[in-house]
Amino acid sequence: MIKRRFIKQLVSSFLDLAPIIVVVLIFQVLVIGKPIADADRLLIGLFFVVLGLCLFIQGLELSLLPLGETMAYDFAKKGNLFWLLAFAFCLGFSAAIAEPALVTIADKAAMSASLKHLIEPTAMASSRYALGLRLTVAISVGLAILIGVLRIIKGWPVYYPVFCAYAGIALITPFAPKDIIGIAYDSGGIATSTITVPLVTALGVGLASAIKGRNPISDGFGLVVFASLMPMIFVMVYGMAYA
Amino acid sequence: MLEWLLHILLKLQEVCTNILPIVLVIVGFQCLVIRKALAYPKKIIMGFIFVLVGIVFFLEGLELALFPLGTLMAFQLTAPEFLGATVKLPLVVWQDYYWVYLFSASLGFATALAEPTLLAIAIKVEHTSGGVIRAWGFRISVALGVAIGLALGTFRIVTGMDLYGLIILGYFIVIIQTLFAPKLIIALAYDSGSITTSMVTVPLVTSLGLGLAEAIPGRTPLIDGFGLIAFASLYPIMTVLAYAQIAQWLGKRSLLSTT
Repeated sequence: MIKRRFIKQLVSSFLDLAPIIVVVLIFQVLVIGKPIADADRLLIGLFFVVLGLCLFIQGLELSLLPLGETMAYDFAKKGNLFWLLAFAFCLGFSAAIAEPALVTIADKAAMSASLKHLIEPTAMASSRYALGLRLTVAISVGLAILIGVLRIIKGWPVYYPVFCAYAGIALITPFAPKDIIGIAYDSGGIATSTITVPLVTALGVGLASAIKGRNPISDGFGLVVFASLMPMIFVMVYGMAYA
Repeated sequence: MLEWLLHILLKLQEVCTNILPIVLVIVGFQCLVIRKALAYPKKIIMGFIFVLVGIVFFLEGLELALFPLGTLMAFQLTAPEFLGATVKLPLVVWQDYYWVYLFSASLGFATALAEPTLLAIAIKVEHTSGGVIRAWGFRISVALGVAIGLALGTFRIVTGMDLYGLIILGYFIVIIQTLFAPKLIIALAYDSGSITTSMVTVPLVTSLGLGLAEAIPGRTPLIDGFGLIAFASLYPIMTVLAYAQIAQWLGKRSLLSTT
């Protein structure tokens, strides 16, 4: 039973990678017309990615996702506002901290910053900068989920908080140091990835179905986009504080 | 061998500390606030171990394959010998890099179309909209949005344009579209962009951007290299809203013609 599921998951993880492999191969053969350098290393790496994804997704489906989903539903039904909001913040914060893509990109950002001598060129300074970046993103994702949950409860239209975030980004960017803008703009999309999206969507849709008068589709969605906008503002502030 | 083992153990420890907060949140709230015992604790512990080992392998693969692949494609598609003899290096104009735009667009289109989360949502949308919004139409519009976003994003890196202007322009268009779009689809359209930036695409696209900024004369990675993800998650909002608008319009018309 588990074995069969494992193989199925392995195949679907491979299918996740397939479009990338196909596009790269087409360009490599038809456009560039040269063999890929270091092809064996790439192949081993791709195999690791597929294996890792397969285990990771399977693990999520066994543990975090069903737990998170039933909990989101329980909290929505329980109706205690304080605990619901506390849960929303903690869920957003900890999911963003766990997000593997954010870990690697924060390291990349720290490396680029260290090359430009924005921070001291030591491993300590780099890892402190990367951790600070991740904590900033995580706090803003947590806040965004909290505000998003409040929106669903109050029945505000989904575009209220989104437009406010747009305005905030438009106002802050001119004052932010140039070096941080790119990282800030990307950080939101990076933070809302494989762990955050399913958990947060479950929370929103569960909440919207539990509250009378809310539509799971038109009210339940919209948490993820807000969670990817808030970090943009906060990371720019982080950059201003660091400069 | 020993060195490699040590490296893996260190990685494992790092991943453990990253995963710890979410485990504490889920288990803590479950036991202390909801006051229900964990159902199937064995299954859950096994799941967590899978997650840990999975992330370690994934990160290893990332370093070995996905990051180098993005950088490699960036350098190959911008190499002077690839651009051809007609191009004199300091005088390269943005039109010369058309393969870069085409590559990033195809990459974005293919990965978005194959994204499993998007497939599940698309089916849900078709169902709730009563078939006015087709699952395939929804997926293709998201994929087109990601493709346009990445092509524009790489164009920005090549030209060294300001990120700010292009993104704010996008926000402006989204605001106007929102005012006219069918209410049901707005929240989904907003989320569709962020959903497609998955664990696999983010590293690849980021290293592509950083590689381009490194390879193209006059660009710096920190200022020009980032920003592709922002484009990839903004432009699908526009294409999905546009598709919903058209679908609604067509739906209304066919409704009128049958009655």
